Amino acid sequence: MYKNFFRYLISAIFLLGFSVNSNADFKVGFVYVGPTGDHGWTFQHHEGRNAVEAAGIKTTFVESVPEGADAERVIRQLAQSGHDLIFTTSFGYMDPTNKVAKDFPNVKFEHATGYKREHSNVSTYSARFYEGRTLLGHIAGKMTKTNTIGYIASFPIPEVIRGINAMTLAAQKVNPNIKTKIVWVFTWYDPGKEAEAAQALIDQGADVIMQHTDSTAPVQTAEKAGVWSFGQASDMQRFAPKSILTSIIDDWAPYYVERAIAARDGTWNQQDTWHGLKEGMVAMGPYNSAMGADLVKEVEQLQKDLASGKVHSFTGPIYDQKGNILVAEGKVADDGMLAGMSVYVKGVEGDIPK
Amino acid sequence: MSLDISFIGILIGSIMASSVPLILAASGELITERSGVLNLGVEGMMIIGAISGFALMVITDNLFIAIVGSMLSGVIISLIFGFLTQSLLTNHVATGLALTIFGIGLSAMLGKNFVGIPGKEFPVLFSSLRESIPFFGPILFGHSIVLYFAFALPFLTNYFLKKTKLGLVVRAVGDSPVSASNQGINVILVRYCCILYGGAMCGLAGAYLSLIYTPQWIENMTAGRGWIALALVVFATWSPIKVLIGALIFGGITILQLHMQAIGFRIPVQFLSALPYLMTIIVLVVISRDSRKIKLNTPTSLGRIFYKEK
Repeated sequence: MYKNFFRYLISAIFLLGFSVNSNADFKVGFVYVGPTGDHGWTFQHHEGRNAVEAAGIKTTFVESVPEGADAERVIRQLAQSGHDLIFTTSFGYMDPTNKVAKDFPNVKFEHATGYKREHSNVSTYSARFYEGRTLLGHIAGKMTKTNTIGYIASFPIPEVIRGINAMTLAAQKVNPNIKTKIVWVFTWYDPGKEAEAAQALIDQGADVIMQHTDSTAPVQTAEKAGVWSFGQASDMQRFAPKSILTSIIDDWAPYYVERAIAARDGTWNQQDTWHGLKEGMVAMGPYNSAMGADLVKEVEQLQKDLASGKVHSFTGPIYDQKGNILVAEGKVADDGMLAGMSVYVKGVEGDIPK
Repeated sequence: MSLDISFIGILIGSIMASSVPLILAASGELITERSGVLNLGVEGMMIIGAISGFALMVITDNLFIAIVGSMLSGVIISLIFGFLTQSLLTNHVATGLALTIFGIGLSAMLGKNFVGIPGKEFPVLFSSLRESIPFFGPILFGHSIVLYFAFALPFLTNYFLKKTKLGLVVRAVGDSPVSASNQGINVILVRYCCILYGGAMCGLAGAYLSLIYTPQWIENMTAGRGWIALALVVFATWSPIKVLIGALIFGGITILQLHMQAIGFRIPVQFLSALPYLMTIIVLVVISRDSRKIKLNTPTSLGRIFYKEK
């Protein structure tokens, strides 16, 4: 009697073990750097996850995972607990993702905004946020009265420097006297510090504030001080309805759904994806009517031209701070140069922290 | 737009605003410590105050209820600490650390539904005077009532400890609980009151962050300010006025380093970021040169368990 019972039990356990690997239980894991309710970066990734879930695929997520040793532990845990595809959604997860990928060759990994694909089961993907920054630069150049644009920067990585440069180049085109002031806060997410940085820039005469950090604190500070601002990663308009001119919106949903289905159906391949306004991975929030109808029209045209490829954010001649030529006249920067961008263009104040 | 006089006024105003949570939490903790109780749960009580204040603001739409509620939540959570350390005689350090960990976890759980809701604008006083008076306007006017209270608090605390009978009782309990007890003072009751008062001030400090300074709720939004407040009490050698000075120095350098970047000083950013901590160490060294002066204010029985033999 008991002998049979154990036999059943063991076979049941085996069946359970198999079913974890079968198609029906295909699972996708997400690792987030902030809380899902940050209304910025992580919020948008979470929207992407919801779309995957809506497509009938099981998902799990872990939020507020610090970049570093903790990240590796979390990614490893997801891989061990039967996830078939794991999205790691912050730059700092680059090395942990590759490390775990080595130990789990059957699990697929998708790392956001990184460039390392050390194993065949690691893909990278990012959005051409700099196209959005070009639009912000154009608007900022036209809207500023003090000719000073304040920029709250997180970490000195190519992604952030590219955004600063794209914005400055576009602003210079419409207003040659523009100055970009930068404050590095060395965090993606610290509302107190982000608010203080915004205030410091406003006190230094910046009347347009933009951020490459994830909380809504800077736009709220701008609203209070009565200066212009831009939403980052998601539409932050309701946090600062008067101040926000537009937002850069990251739309990961189509990509996530496509990749999850590919992984489930066995058609997943290693890729390096870099989509922009054209594919809709970068979108713009509603334009504030305070910009005036003419400027809105101008910016909408520029948005179309960037999407169609008629205009490129990095069109020569582009000089660095010392006046050396970076991109020759009539040329555009290639993706390799953009991906490794590590110098400021002319017109940006200060040095990049090492 | 560099270092003119009206700009310095604005700068001092921002520094004052950023130092408020430190002043409140440190002043509260100072009273607790002067009664001989070391509560390392400041960070936990602050974060509970932050979420309670914000949640009550969202639910009731009333800022007064939110502020009072945040203080009450600080009282309730410090009551746990009080019960454990005073009635069950647990170790102060371990219990305080547990309180911080508990507070951070509990607040994250309670706050799940309040993330991403925009805060309400907190009313400021005399905002018209702020604009019309050049240098002193941004320093003296246009702040929230909590800021004025915070800047009065160290002086009130000083008066309380030095000039009132009750203050003398608190100091006696902190310095020699046995003698105080022999004089007929209920040591446990006094310590309970000091713990609860500390909790209320930490709760208010948290609410200042979530309701006034950056009006929103985010997990872990106190970001270590509780620990800085704790260090400030020691740094100030248990003197309320020095707490105020220390909070202003710390807040000041934090703000200044951001401004120095914005102005464009060519100093490595990493050095600027480390500056608040470096300055704290330097001032600490300077202050602690005279050990007699420190002993004057240090509660002798700090962190020691007291129980009345029956």
